[in-house]
Amino acid sequence: MSAPVAVKEGAGRVMRGPLISRWGALAVPLLLFLTFAFLVPMFLIVVRSVTDPVNIGMGNYVTFFTTEANMRVLGNTFYIATVCTVACLAIGYPYAYLMSIVPQRVAGIMLVFVLVPFWSSLLVRTFAWEVILRDTGLINTLLLNLKVISEPLPLIRNTFSVILGMSQILLPFMVLPLYSVMQKIDPELTRAAANLGAPPFSAFRRVFVPLSFPGITAGCLLVFVLALGFYITPTILGSARETMISRFIADQVQVRVNWGLASAMAVVLMVLTFVVLAVASRFVKLRDVYGALGEG
Amino acid sequence: MSAHLPSGRAVRTDRTALALRGLRKMFGDVAAVAGVDLDVQEGEFITLLGPSGSGKTTTLRMIAGFTEQSAGSIEIDGVDVSTVPPHKRDVGMVFQNYALFPHMTSAENIEFPLQMRKVPKAEAKQKVADALKLVKLDSYGPRYPRQMSGGQQQRIALARAVVFQPRLLLMDEPLGALDKKLREALQLEIMHISRQLGATVIYVTHDQEEALVMSDRIAIFHDGKIEQLGSGEDLYERPISLFVADFIGESNILHGKFAGGSVVAELGTWRVGDAAAARASLGADSPAALVVRPERLRLIPRTGDVPAGVNTVDATVTDVLYLGSTRKYELRLANGQGVGVRQQLGGPETTWNPADEVRLAWDVDAGVLVAGRGA
Ligand SMILES: Nc1ncnc2c1ncn2[C@@H]1O[C@H](COP(=O)(O)OP(=O)(O)OP(=O)(O)O)[C@@H](O)[C@H]1O
Ligand SMILES: [Mg+2]
Repeated sequence: MSAPVAVKEGAGRVMRGPLISRWGALAVPLLLFLTFAFLVPMFLIVVRSVTDPVNIGMGNYVTFFTTEANMRVLGNTFYIATVCTVACLAIGYPYAYLMSIVPQRVAGIMLVFVLVPFWSSLLVRTFAWEVILRDTGLINTLLLNLKVISEPLPLIRNTFSVILGMSQILLPFMVLPLYSVMQKIDPELTRAAANLGAPPFSAFRRVFVPLSFPGITAGCLLVFVLALGFYITPTILGSARETMISRFIADQVQVRVNWGLASAMAVVLMVLTFVVLAVASRFVKLRDVYGALGEG
Repeated sequence: MSAHLPSGRAVRTDRTALALRGLRKMFGDVAAVAGVDLDVQEGEFITLLGPSGSGKTTTLRMIAGFTEQSAGSIEIDGVDVSTVPPHKRDVGMVFQNYALFPHMTSAENIEFPLQMRKVPKAEAKQKVADALKLVKLDSYGPRYPRQMSGGQQQRIALARAVVFQPRLLLMDEPLGALDKKLREALQLEIMHISRQLGATVIYVTHDQEEALVMSDRIAIFHDGKIEQLGSGEDLYERPISLFVADFIGESNILHGKFAGGSVVAELGTWRVGDAAAARASLGADSPAALVVRPERLRLIPRTGDVPAGVNTVDATVTDVLYLGSTRKYELRLANGQGVGVRQQLGGPETTWNPADEVRLAWDVDAGVLVAGRGA
């Protein structure tokens, strides 16, 4: 029966209406800020992408999509973001899981380790990687001195170093959502699974992992979307082959002074990001299916 | 071999399903469980009853294998399972907060233990349907836990715990989160279901009424030990200690010294029945307490003869409460101690009023002797 449900929902909305309008005032500063700091500039960029250098036309988009180098950079950007996401999940999941099962005090200390990167500048950390990875860097010098290798290993200016540097920076954005979800999973559920005959790994796979799914989605989404916009790290740790789209956009503005094409690229990046979010939001709705984890 | 336990439950054998021997659990310096010995027969319904913190849950968790014991052994069907991990113990458990998997439907929850045992799909489906039927939720298979009421969730949890026919069924205050009406309905249902399945049940509660209704035998927990083990009647009529007498039901306790087959106190000297005296086996002059249940006391006038075989003590009525089928009198003894008397209505009893000076009388055999404080 759908009718009574509809009535109930309708009633709920009526009840909540006035409340929302009053408390809604609290959101005004943020909405104003968003409007002037994001929506207005974004609008100007969209306008520019179709008006610069010629009047109203899709020329910049045609140029972008028909130039092979551009498409390669776009593909590269998505590839690197994907690998970073997978790497962060692979490293972050076990860590967050451990945090969720150790005593609160230990989890606090583990959290500090995750957050340390936030306390130092991204630029400094990226250069630190350079010091470690370059041909005369820490690792190569050590291995050469130990005579493990006779030539320096190519640790930098490649996809590996870019992904390494980016993953390190993005890891907190994976661990935090994962931990916040895992910490709320009732340990009694894993015990119940064991009691019902599930060996530890089955209990983990059949009960814990599905319940941590909202954390996985949130973490992956955050890391992926942030990774798409990375600029400094791929520039310092990568070579021309690892150029990501942000760097490309900056080049168009600073070197080629081609505002129209740069704007078109920015719009493409934004639209693709929204597409990713839209697709992912279908999965995030799983949260409803799994019930209110917080209450469990 | 076949015998009938007080609940009418038919016991097919007199095999011991569970044996706890000197079971202990230390948390740091504190003994949560301080040496528990218990034998549970196959098909028996045993309740662990006791105040908060007396070690009931800890005992249950050791049986399930969630907590490792510090000493002692746990035998299930004659095999020591002390080192067997929980998933191999084949013991069903119903948790207080249900612990249903929120991402699975009722049917999936119930099927989970069958999948873990690699039961063929078709057979599993049939068993799930049977289990749902058993708990009278036939059509609730496709529902998620959050779409069900607390009582329904607890029934699904029960179905999940029995569907794989575990050797033991453990329940830790399964009805604790439910309101009184629902609790009473589910008590009966759990009894019927466990009887129907012939399951051996260890049930934890701190609701004594629940324990009396459901159990074949009750183990009274106190400070990590079993203080007394017996049927509800045993515990009520023949408590072996002050703690049990006080914990189970209402009781009036008269303190004194045991001397010459009587309890001697300032307020009087009261004879103790031979059987009661033999059970308590107290030394001469040791502190003693006489326990008399409220329904065993009668009010009689101060003047007049005291019949033979009756103990008395003077008291003053303070309150009279009409409770429908009974009338309850609150009285005060000369030393200020309060006493309660329950009078069945419909008989020829006289009605007394507050401030009436009366005499409390009880048959010598109605008094239970236990060791007193400081014994
Ligand atoms: N993990 C633990 N760490 C330390 N002490 C504990 C732990 N678990 C239980 N205890 C202690 O052990 C004692 C027995 O606890 P237990 O949970 O078995 O009591 P209970 O009889 O189930 O009580 P309740 O009726 O309140 O559920 C308590 O004093 C408790 O504080
Ligand atoms: Mg408990």
